[in-house]
Amino acid sequence: MAESSLSGRIWVLADKKGRLIENIDTDQIFHNAHLHITDIEKMGEYALGNLEGWKDFPQKCSPGDILVVGRNFGAGSSRQQAVDCFVALGVGTILSPSFGAIYFRNAVNSGFPVLRSPDIAQLADEGRLKSGDEVQVFFLSGKAQITNKNISFRILPMSEVQHDIYKAGGLFNYGKT
Amino acid sequence: MPKTVIERIIQSHTQDEVVPGKIVWMDLDIRSARDFGGPNVVKNFEREYGDEPVDDNGKTFFTFDLCVPACSLRYADNQQICRDFARKHGIKIFDVDQGIGSHVLIEEGLASAGKTVVGTDSHLNILGAVDCFGQGMGDVDITFAFKTGKTWFEVPETLRVEISGTVSSGATAKDLTLYILKQLGTKKAALRAVEFYGEAVKDLSLAGRITLCSMVTEMAGIIGFIPDTAENSGYADSVAIDVSDLTPQIAAPSSPENVFDVSEHKGTKIDSGFIGSCTNGRTEDLAAAARVLQGRKVKEDVMLKVVPATRRVYQELLDQGILETLFSSGAIISNPGCGGCAEGHIGLTGMGEVQVSTGNRNFAGKQGKGETYLASPDVVAASCVAGRIITPEDL
Repeated sequence: MAESSLSGRIWVLADKKGRLIENIDTDQIFHNAHLHITDIEKMGEYALGNLEGWKDFPQKCSPGDILVVGRNFGAGSSRQQAVDCFVALGVGTILSPSFGAIYFRNAVNSGFPVLRSPDIAQLADEGRLKSGDEVQVFFLSGKAQITNKNISFRILPMSEVQHDIYKAGGLFNYGKT
Repeated sequence: MPKTVIERIIQSHTQDEVVPGKIVWMDLDIRSARDFGGPNVVKNFEREYGDEPVDDNGKTFFTFDLCVPACSLRYADNQQICRDFARKHGIKIFDVDQGIGSHVLIEEGLASAGKTVVGTDSHLNILGAVDCFGQGMGDVDITFAFKTGKTWFEVPETLRVEISGTVSSGATAKDLTLYILKQLGTKKAALRAVEFYGEAVKDLSLAGRITLCSMVTEMAGIIGFIPDTAENSGYADSVAIDVSDLTPQIAAPSSPENVFDVSEHKGTKIDSGFIGSCTNGRTEDLAAAARVLQGRKVKEDVMLKVVPATRRVYQELLDQGILETLFSSGAIISNPGCGGCAEGHIGLTGMGEVQVSTGNRNFAGKQGKGETYLASPDVVAASCVAGRIITPEDL
């Protein structure tokens, strides 16, 4: 069986100076004012709605796009909506040096393939990886490349549990297998 | 051989080998959901499992603490969705009158040493204060936990933090906590369990332990414990922090780790103060504020918002005359709950409002468009009297 992989256009979540924004918390991703929403389809329009400079992300994003974000992404609350808002928009994956612990497992459980990359911050901060670039990532071998620039980088391979839940389409389906 | 506190607790709840970095399936003693996340859990559950029962309704709870009693129609609806589900399944609800779920679980003895507890509250790791495994999780996880009583969990590494020195009389558990957060930032403890040692933390009361353990979340850690004795090995890393001569601390907007001596922000004009939250909402915290406010008045153009953590705390405040002192000083006192950490209870800020709060987070826009400083109950109380940031000593 071919290894699971994913390709897509990149959005680099950088500040005005071009540096990756670190410690983006769940209130910047999906503000608590919208926590009453329980329909996934209604969550997409609020994605990054409290992150200065990125409030128009839901309009800019196309299905399959990939987000590159700074370390400790998704710090803060346990709200699943902060993951599901990206699922609603059809975001392919999120690449980060690290995620908040709860955020990471929420994404795994939603079958949303978040990936950790030790190289990604340097590539973005040096301007070698920019919004609009195309990236391909391989979930198990950890290989990844910026395809339009022919630059290779590393991601941490998915754990067996994460990959199994991803393949099942989320924790509920996984639990029924 | 499991060595650290978290490894020992996990090992007693799994057949799998417990080694840092390994994912295990563990049994959960308590599974809970609150009014944020709870309706999502109900919706998930009914979609995935229909009318099937939960794994064990005696180990499953709802705790409403965020929008209490519901102050908007959508939360009134959401809470009732949870109530209907709970009644159908025979699940106990700690309803809108009871206060902060994590604190109620401690008071009720449901969360205690060696147990495993999960819920839809990212500060549920507060339970480390009573040597209990507590972990906030999203609604998918909690739905699965309601149904199976189990969860997958990556065994975290453990960081040992050795606190040396004793804090001066003017510094509280919150000052100690903010100072430790300043030293550890969000990197040292990230994705790790933390064990705190040293005289300054060993001497902390339950309220003080709760304050410290609650903010391990802001350190990006998994959970914090304050054990009596340390192992000689098993730690991924260790850090020494000297707290001798520690003075009152304050986290400036817009990050909890943005910590300074209060003196560096002294004189900043404030519009409001907030005393409460899962970090500083115990009787002891409000008593400390009352000591500062005794015989004084909150400045005329300042709002002091006070939210006791639980109904039991409220009763103690009544019995000890603390409510009267707070009321006489001009404070606004609400029913128990989470307070303004999210839209739903008092403690929100308007654009341009500067608030000094005993909460645990001051991320941009979280409590509203105003600016939030984080400090101890003593500093918040003193600042509300002065109308600007100040320590009780300088009042």
